[in-house]
Amino acid sequence: MEETVGNQIPVQEGVFTWPSNEPRLIGSKCTSCGNVMFPTQASCPKCSGVTTEETHLGRTGTLWTWTVQGYPPKSPPYAGDASPKTFEPFGVGYVELPGEVKVETRLTIADPEELQIGMEMEMTLIPLFTNDDGQEVMTFAFSPIESSTTGE
Amino acid sequence: MSENDMSAGTSISADDVAIVGIGMHPFGRHEGVSGMDMGVAAVQTALKDAGAEWSDMQFAFGGSAAAGSPDTMVSKLGLTGLQFINVANGCATGGSALFSAYNTIKAGVFDLGMAVGFDKHERGAFRVNTKASGLGDWYGQSGMALTTQFFGMKINRYMHEHGITNDALARVSEKAFRNGSKNEMAWRRKPLSMDEVKESAMLSYPLTQYMFCSPGEGGVALILSRADKAHKYTDTPIFLKAAVVRSRRFGSFEVMAPHIALEHNSGPSVDASAAAFEMAGIGPEDIDVAQLQDTESGAEIMHMAENGFCEHGEQEHMLAMGETEIDGRLPVNTDGGCLANGEPIGASGLRQVYENVLQLRGGAGDRQVPNNPRTAYTHVYGAPGISGVTILAR
Repeated sequence: MEETVGNQIPVQEGVFTWPSNEPRLIGSKCTSCGNVMFPTQASCPKCSGVTTEETHLGRTGTLWTWTVQGYPPKSPPYAGDASPKTFEPFGVGYVELPGEVKVETRLTIADPEELQIGMEMEMTLIPLFTNDDGQEVMTFAFSPIESSTTGE
Repeated sequence: MSENDMSAGTSISADDVAIVGIGMHPFGRHEGVSGMDMGVAAVQTALKDAGAEWSDMQFAFGGSAAAGSPDTMVSKLGLTGLQFINVANGCATGGSALFSAYNTIKAGVFDLGMAVGFDKHERGAFRVNTKASGLGDWYGQSGMALTTQFFGMKINRYMHEHGITNDALARVSEKAFRNGSKNEMAWRRKPLSMDEVKESAMLSYPLTQYMFCSPGEGGVALILSRADKAHKYTDTPIFLKAAVVRSRRFGSFEVMAPHIALEHNSGPSVDASAAAFEMAGIGPEDIDVAQLQDTESGAEIMHMAENGFCEHGEQEHMLAMGETEIDGRLPVNTDGGCLANGEPIGASGLRQVYENVLQLRGGAGDRQVPNNPRTAYTHVYGAPGISGVTILAR
């Protein structure tokens, strides 16, 4: 079972480090060619190698591309608020982690005016929904690093 | 030499393949009509077109993602004992059925058979089965299992790199609905202005509602024959010069990908296109009409370059100049594409080939490409990173 911290649990065990003050995504690194993957997988799509080791990915990177989810996703599979009346658009993007891989991620920003390809981002956790036991279910997201929005 | 003259300057050999009959059930929404029945109707129309009987069919490949097992249609068409194989290959299901039929004839196994596809999807965006896609539950739960997001992110990056503007996106939709208005088989037949396209609901930035196609309903059937026997069925055989399906290589940017590599690969459409042109022995400059996957308007723009028809970034000017209009230098999506027809997965790739056969026969009516087109190109793309290309010639 996922460990509860305060009143929070992760959306799924093994996707990001938990509990952690500085959460990191859990990926795999190919022991043959060094290719980095996310989430973990046992074999390598680059070299077809069959052994990989777990690696914790970097927490910061740059926004490679992005969009804004403007309509409620079908539920299931979506576990967040999919009610047409209360749905709030959310950002989604790929963040390039230097020397590792680009990861697909929720963004904490959903305003196109505030999102720019190339901006510096760091990982955080966001609440996705509250489960039947009253616990907040958390998933990962990337958020702009404040200093990068100045001096443009 | 007489037969040589009829096939775009290339000679017919015994293992060439011709399309000798086509049939389609209108695309759109059809209350009370099952997907299977649309497939059956398409088959019956194709048989009539070829002047053939169902009992003449030696084999069939059928595809449907959401409307039942295609091989059960024999109980409606006739229990003749033919070889009927179901094909399921995501968005390339139709292309894969055609590829299979093509190679069955090329291999000399059979002389005459069919590729059929149909579908009927629930309303709204495709509901993705993350398990079947090899993804953890967290991916869909977190709100990332949406194909629309991929298309928004791919075109956003592409616009950033290659200077494509919002106007170009709107022009593609405007063209699609205008072409669709001339197609009695299309779902959306009302022309829309660029402003109407731009001002519709923002679904996945920068793509609006009218820049996206919708999952829909419809059916298409194609009858294929050994080329040297094609004249038994039609005076206007259309020759299948290439049929190729490719999956993604390492480093490409594809739909439903929790990660992508740092290194870049140009993707399966580039690979499928290059292989098809090599197979057909012609190049992009020789193509007279093209149907390119337009899941959304940005996809058509990117696929123009990925299939070799222009350099990256040239699309902005080409669209502004009307070069991809029906009377332009390279007509693209003359039947309104996925945007005007919707996307019944099993039938979508075959719809493109149906349209090209009409165009090469000179039978496309109000949307006929002028000056007797001789060569035609189709391209489908879909999850999880698969492309199918055909090249036709008369």
